[in-house]
Amino acid sequence: MDATDGNTAETTGSRRYWLLRGVRSAFSIPGLILASAFVGFAGLARDAGLTLAQTVFMTGIVWALPAKVVLVGAVIAGNGLPAAAFAVALSSVRLAPMVVALTPEMRTPKTPAWVLYVLSHFVAVTSWVLAMEQFRLVPRPMRTTFYAGLGGTLVLGNMLVVAVVFIVAGRLPPPVSAALFFLTPMYFLTSLWGSARERAGQVAMVFGLVLGPVFHLLTPDFDLLAAGLTAGIAAYALHLIGKRRRGA
Amino acid sequence: MSFYAIDAWWWPYLFIIVGGWFATDVWRFVGVYFGGKLSEDSELLVMVRCIATALVAAVIANLVIFPTGALAATPLWMRLMAGFAGFAAYLAAGKRVIVGIIVGEAVLAAGMLAQYDL
Repeated sequence: MDATDGNTAETTGSRRYWLLRGVRSAFSIPGLILASAFVGFAGLARDAGLTLAQTVFMTGIVWALPAKVVLVGAVIAGNGLPAAAFAVALSSVRLAPMVVALTPEMRTPKTPAWVLYVLSHFVAVTSWVLAMEQFRLVPRPMRTTFYAGLGGTLVLGNMLVVAVVFIVAGRLPPPVSAALFFLTPMYFLTSLWGSARERAGQVAMVFGLVLGPVFHLLTPDFDLLAAGLTAGIAAYALHLIGKRRRGA
Repeated sequence: MSFYAIDAWWWPYLFIIVGGWFATDVWRFVGVYFGGKLSEDSELLVMVRCIATALVAAVIANLVIFPTGALAATPLWMRLMAGFAGFAAYLAAGKRVIVGIIVGEAVLAAGMLAQYDL
């Protein structure tokens, strides 16, 4: 890589160059995997009865894929707005620590606060992983520009993917649609396991996989919340017990 | 007040804005505000991450076990087999997401080919 060291602000190059570097970073393996997950999401939303405009709007304005999948899950289940918002908020809490980790890396004393607030909208797993990986190659004053290019491309590109798939999906033969709908669970089944920060997260995932369908049968109106709280707190309790045993 | 409760063009958008945008971006803004003050290792965040992970896992399991649309036409055992195969391949390949997706989809496709006798 020909990038300059993060400390030598004098040789930062032009803003346009770093914006385009950010745009180019979106076209990568993680970006491709994310696009395939959005292909699946478009099928899911279409199937839930959402319109093209609603689906594209949701893609741009919510952006985090788990939040959208939970929101569409609540739409399918016929949950009310407060229950849906609460479930989505719980699924999005994890964004706060991610932003906490990312912000100090791209802030300079001169960065206006509004820039950081606007850029935080682009934070989701893929852009976060790519940024944390590549920031060391980007001079510090250019990192917000780089991230704007990266995040903006991912958001706009996947809005386009969602729109195209939504239009095409209705004309696909049923087996192809079925394969399309299977992309979303397959993507999360693997990426969620990999993104778990500690063993407790993986235990929580296994509990959630089992309790989700159980609570769907028991309490269809609050299945996601009930499963998430029960499985999550049980996994955390095991984590605490394990910690005490190890003599912490 | 579900997504289809009010028959007006703006209601679904309001539902998405309140239930989706606000519920999500509020945490991003909290993150910017606290940037640096909150430790990623704090015990509170471990619990929050556990609940959030379990919630998304519950959604995934429901999508596989109680699917809608074209996927509902496939037998449950086939979807479960595809999910397990994909996940096993993901682990075997050193946690490569793309491998898990391809293998899971391939097993599902093979099952459907046999089922529909294409």
